Amino acid sequence: MSKKNTIANRQAMCEVLIEEAKENSDVIVLTSDSRGSASLAKFADQLPAQLIEVGIAEQNLVSISAGMAHMGKRPFAASPACFLSMRSIEQIKVDVAYSNKNVKLVGISGGISYGALGMTHHSLQDFAVTRAIPNLQVLVPADRHETKKMFKVLATTNIPAYIRLGRNPVEDCYPDDSYEFEIGKAITMTDGTDLVFIAAGETVRQAMDASLLLKKKGISAKVLNLHSLKPFDELAVKKAARETGRVISVEEHSIYGGLGAAVAESLSEEKGIVHKIVGLPDEALVTGTTIELFKHYGMDGASLAELGKKMVE
Amino acid sequence: MMEINELKKKAIEIRKETLEMIYNAKTGHTGSDLSCTDILVALYYEVMNIDPKNPEMINRDQYIQSKGHAAEVLWTVLANKGFFEKAELKKFSQYGSRLIGHPNNKVAGVEMNTGSLGHGLSVSVGIALAGKMNGDNFHIYTLMGDGELAEGSIWEGAMAAANFGLDNLTAIIDRNGLQITGASEDVMKMESLKDKWIAFGWEVQEIDGNNMEILVDTLRKPNKTGIPKMIIAHTIKGKGISFIENKANWHHKVPTEDEMMTALSELNQQLEELKNV
Ligand SMILES: Cc1ncc(C[n+]2csc(CCOP(=O)(O)OP(=O)(O)O)c2C)c(N)n1
Repeated sequence: MSKKNTIANRQAMCEVLIEEAKENSDVIVLTSDSRGSASLAKFADQLPAQLIEVGIAEQNLVSISAGMAHMGKRPFAASPACFLSMRSIEQIKVDVAYSNKNVKLVGISGGISYGALGMTHHSLQDFAVTRAIPNLQVLVPADRHETKKMFKVLATTNIPAYIRLGRNPVEDCYPDDSYEFEIGKAITMTDGTDLVFIAAGETVRQAMDASLLLKKKGISAKVLNLHSLKPFDELAVKKAARETGRVISVEEHSIYGGLGAAVAESLSEEKGIVHKIVGLPDEALVTGTTIELFKHYGMDGASLAELGKKMVE
Repeated sequence: MMEINELKKKAIEIRKETLEMIYNAKTGHTGSDLSCTDILVALYYEVMNIDPKNPEMINRDQYIQSKGHAAEVLWTVLANKGFFEKAELKKFSQYGSRLIGHPNNKVAGVEMNTGSLGHGLSVSVGIALAGKMNGDNFHIYTLMGDGELAEGSIWEGAMAAANFGLDNLTAIIDRNGLQITGASEDVMKMESLKDKWIAFGWEVQEIDGNNMEILVDTLRKPNKTGIPKMIIAHTIKGKGISFIENKANWHHKVPTEDEMMTALSELNQQLEELKNV
């Protein structure tokens, strides 16, 4: 495996936004006392005129962004995913998606990145709620390379989107950024024939690790990266499911309403396919860091490999 | 009743233990905790009618910490009051612990879960309103940050408290002038704060929020009939430790070993001075 990566996805985002904002003065970043958490302090230093600080006011953040988008700006509103996707959800539904204003909503420290800060700071319902809003893309990059590619595309698209990023650096899933990336197109990270792991965001790396472990045991596990929860690549999911007959979806989200649900929806008319949904259970979580919780809830590479092995046997 | 000097000493002990907890766990809101330590000590050791042995006592006074991120100082105070064993403080933020980085009502003494800013005041309005309906005889205290006031929900709660004539409610703003990004007044202008709350129908007192005598005095004074009370407590973020005071970057910074030694010796020095009073 490659050297330990120390660059968080949010840092990769900041680099792209700085580049894009230098090219296009309509690119605006909005923060809610969140520029540090979003790694956007560098953006604020270099492009102070293109950064709007609204204070600790996430609802205001989203509506102001929508107003600016209406005037032709390209706002990126960055705030912790937990607050952005819950506190401001009506502003997202009405002012952004329904009014069709081109706001990119960047949910930082998503999932369980905030660890021991607890339920208020976890965003484990965001896929469920954003996925159900028409005219809103829902995206979650797997590593820093994918983050970079995704934000380059987002800087030029005109569709509202919610993008969830984790807090800590994740191990690379791609060697570099020289690959084809398209919103709505799933990516095969590893080919395999016995089962398929369908993952998104930080669970992609865990699924890849599981696939490596299984390979040593003679089991061939495909890994499919669903960086776009919406638009959702149903075709790729169906194809992988048909080819392997065994599906394990794994997500840093409630087992309800997220990636697993989207996979199950796609497979509802398929025959002879076993699908296991792995994610965070419908209860208050134990306290711990991301990796402690991944292990606790069977979402780390080793646990996933174990599950895959059982499924094949 | 505790003497003011004893309360001051208690506040320093609490500061020491809070810092130790943060240092052990390598996480915590150092500046935010130290800023409101005196307020919590005044409330828990002097003002509120509570019984740690009977945490759900009828007609107990209630405390809602809307600025939930200052959980470390709350845990330290609750443990010192006897709501749970002090040894548990060592488990703060550890795998499987119930002492997380925000107030959590799995722990006796915590009324409401907080951590997402801008909820505490409206929740307190509900508690105060139900208390009125029941004819209960208790008081509710809510602590907010000043940066927190940018949340629109605060002003919905402000309007409602006055509308319902909640004279069983006292809200406190920890007006330390800082939030994560920097000076609160630069992030989102809010002055004149006093005039705003008066306009919303509150009785407002502006005080030195790190002065124990004044705190106890102001908190003890009953509300005017039918009017909620606001205490704008001017505090120093990081109060008590020279190199932490008034520094935005200490919002959630953790002291190094050297910094910890210096901090403890400064606090010990302050304790010594109080012993000679
Ligand atoms: C709704 C919400 N938005 C953002 C945060 C993240 N956050 C935690 S503490 C903090 C700053 C709080 O500043 P202030 O209210 O002034 O309190 P202080 O710590 O300075 O006493 C922020 C933005 C949060 N906890 N809740």
